[in-house]
Amino acid sequence: MAYSDKVIDHYNNPRNVGQLDKASTEVGTGLVGAPECGDVMRLQIRVNSETQVIEEAKFKTFGCGSAIASSSLATEWIKGRTVEDALAIKNTDIVKELSLPPVKIHCSVLAEDAIRAAIGDWKKKNSVAETANAAAVAH
Amino acid sequence: MGTVTSNVEVPVGVSLPIYMDNHATSPLDPRVLEAMMPYFTSKFGNAASRNHSFGWEAEQAVETAREQIAKLIGATSKEIIFTSGATESNNLAIKGIAEMYRERGNHIITQVTEHKAVLDTCKRLEKYGYRVTYLPVKADGLIDMEDLRRAMDDKTILVSIMAANNEIGVLQPIREIGKLCHEKGVIFHTDAVQAVGKVPVNVIADNIDVLSLSGHKVYGPKGVGALYVRRRNPRVQIAAQIDGGGHERGMRSGTLNVPGIVGLGKACEIAREEMDSEAAYLRGLRDRLKTKLESELDYVHVNGSMEHRLPGNLNMSFVYVEGESLLMGINDIAVSSGSACTSATLEPSYVLKALGLGDDVAHSSIRFGLGRFNTQAEVDYVADKVIDIVKKLRELSPLYEMVKEGIDLTKIQWAAH
Ligand SMILES: Cc1ncc(COP(=O)(O)O)c(C=O)c1O
Ligand code: FES
Repeated sequence: MAYSDKVIDHYNNPRNVGQLDKASTEVGTGLVGAPECGDVMRLQIRVNSETQVIEEAKFKTFGCGSAIASSSLATEWIKGRTVEDALAIKNTDIVKELSLPPVKIHCSVLAEDAIRAAIGDWKKKNSVAETANAAAVAH
Repeated sequence: MGTVTSNVEVPVGVSLPIYMDNHATSPLDPRVLEAMMPYFTSKFGNAASRNHSFGWEAEQAVETAREQIAKLIGATSKEIIFTSGATESNNLAIKGIAEMYRERGNHIITQVTEHKAVLDTCKRLEKYGYRVTYLPVKADGLIDMEDLRRAMDDKTILVSIMAANNEIGVLQPIREIGKLCHEKGVIFHTDAVQAVGKVPVNVIADNIDVLSLSGHKVYGPKGVGALYVRRRNPRVQIAAQIDGGGHERGMRSGTLNVPGIVGLGKACEIAREEMDSEAAYLRGLRDRLKTKLESELDYVHVNGSMEHRLPGNLNMSFVYVEGESLLMGINDIAVSSGSACTSATLEPSYVLKALGLGDDVAHSSIRFGLGRFNTQAEVDYVADKVIDIVKKLRELSPLYEMVKEGIDLTKIQWAAH
């Protein structure tokens, strides 16, 4: 299959590869997918508890080039955003940015899931109530 | 962290891209092309034209090809039927026998790693009231002879088991299978597309009744194949699946593809003459590739038996690296993968699954199909490049990292999606 230039660029030069200390309270970890499905993404964020800004994001992905590119792009996009802003990222935004074909849409879904899972983990660790935050963004 | 692009040096004499997917199709041997050329131009006759020299010339060429093919597999030329390829040969064999022997029985035995041209043909016959047993394979890809023996009953008319598998190159024990079939009075068909011309196949010694082969897997042209149908001890009959002018002794109507047939014949002649030396050469290259990969990489896994295997086949899993991402990194090398991500259905290879491999191992598989025109310099480049990219992708792999940290991946609750 033919890949878009942006997928190739992220594949060749993946951004923010690595890991953050899972045990830290500032860090949220999302591990999504399953080896049997051929795709596992781990996305981690380090959040400033004062500002709720994602100051650092790291990923590692087992999956196709589109999955690698989707997670790489996801880390780029969430860095510097508040957790609530990061939650606004939709898989369709990733599909559009990377020009993913229909068979690769699930790779972008996985990246969105990974963002949500990482943020969910961070919230759980820091006892941030989901509902309170949801209300806060509905302005 | 590093990039995934590679700067492995290309050795002198190697031009990119490198073709190493000879199970999918093989390049046409220049000697084959040369033999075919006149039959596209001046010698264009219809082999069925009985009353002028154009027809006689074409018919003569077809008969020569029939003999070349027969000689390669130990048959007689009258036992060779020309088809459009092995898909048609398999359809004709299985459907034609099922129809012809319907009164004797309705049971067919095959096995799970067959090519779709056999499996889907059997599935269709199930709709028409035939009973099909799909034998499992062992972890090494071979069937268990006891399973076959047990599956046979008094309604069994046909056993169809491939000689060599197209993904893992595993050679089934066709001689024993044929022997058992003959003891039981059951017809034995083998899809020998990947085996013919690569390893010795002899219809007499191997007790084969019906055999499918294809031009484009033996450095011949695409769109032409043959079916061997035994004429004595026992005489096998096949009901035609294509009706028309009664060509090929009524078994397969249609004007013969003379240039293609000439090419197939020439390809078989070359294969017969060069098979032994070529097999030794390919085995050497294949083992070199395997040794290099295994010495530089951990968590690699050869899929299927190494002992019972085509000389030019290597199917390896680079665990914790997904196959399509690996193909993307080695895009100057043409190989294929059993990964779901490369398939339209997003299902990993059913052949690898049949070996009992976890899906994660199937996802990581690469099939290297070495052929006549591959060189040692190419093998060295391929090995270096694969090693380089696998290492880089493993730096990106959360699974590899976890395993290295001693985490048991099977104990993790993966979120199914
Ligand atoms: C084992 C096997 N059987 C059958 C076929 C089909 O052959 P053809 O392409 O000539 O129809 C192939 C090739 O894809 C094959 O590998
Ligand atoms: S991870 Fe399988 S298609 Fe992307």
